[in-house]
Amino acid sequence: MSEDHGHGHHAAPLAPVEARVAAMEALLTEKGLLDPAVVDEIVAHFENNLGPMNGARVVARAWVDPDYKTRLLADGTAAIAELGFGGPEGEHMVVVENTPDVHNMIVCTLCSCYPWPTLGLPPTWYKAPAYRSRAVREPRALLAEMGTVVPDDVEIRVWDSSAEARYLVLPQRPAGVDGKTEDELASLVTRDSMIGVQRL
Amino acid sequence: MSEPVSDRVAMMPGAAALPRDNGTLVFSAPWEGRALAIAVDVMDRLAVPWDEFRSRLIAAIAEEPGRPYYESWAAALEQLLVDFDVCTPAALDAATPKERPSPEERPTPSERPSPSERASL
Repeated sequence: MSEDHGHGHHAAPLAPVEARVAAMEALLTEKGLLDPAVVDEIVAHFENNLGPMNGARVVARAWVDPDYKTRLLADGTAAIAELGFGGPEGEHMVVVENTPDVHNMIVCTLCSCYPWPTLGLPPTWYKAPAYRSRAVREPRALLAEMGTVVPDDVEIRVWDSSAEARYLVLPQRPAGVDGKTEDELASLVTRDSMIGVQRL
Repeated sequence: MSEPVSDRVAMMPGAAALPRDNGTLVFSAPWEGRALAIAVDVMDRLAVPWDEFRSRLIAAIAEEPGRPYYESWAAALEQLLVDFDVCTPAALDAATPKERPSPEERPTPSERPSPSERASL
């Protein structure tokens, strides 16, 4: 998307192997030997069920360690790197905290910027034009349709990701989880809660 | 999809083992995850045993030990598709994009919304 260069939305150029994989996916889909939605499901299965998400560990650490949380909100990239996560698409991380008064959600209105070192691969809907436009225009209605009703007295803040700032939502720690270990807490954190389309 | 196949893929031992960091699967770019999933799905639909792909993956890794894991994966997958007459190298060449397709529908430049249309979305 060359027109996005001015907006800084695209980071790395298309690598030859990435182009080749795209070609295989396109040809196989054309031949009816592949369904992109099934590919999405398989990716999600590997991401979500076959290993904990890195982002969940970041959130759990912030829930149990107030000093870490302070560092995380001050400099997301550095605090996330403390846990060993980072890389080209994990730079310029900005962590936004949900509070009783504020609910944050993330979108990339121009393309599909996404912090995949912490969140894995973006879900298909994140890239859909409907999500990208409605998240800005009518976030409350969109969230409700996605099953997340945000009370009227809670402000919704929508953050537009780009190569300069990739956002991650720090969900509120659920009630009644005192005494749980950091690993147990991490298992409560979902991908969708860190995009801000779900409340824990 | 076939979950047992996914689990077998996730547990492959030795050189074919999926890259992990402290137990978590590591994809250093989104295409790596797609390459993995494409192989899982297409082997299933072609009714080709997973071991056929696994042995080709091991061979591809041995062929170029310094090559990143998922590049060997993509090379093994491409060769398998060609060997099984699923697609030809020429068809793959023709389908290979020059730049990253837009996320939703891979439109040509003339079909992309102009900035003013975007603003009204």
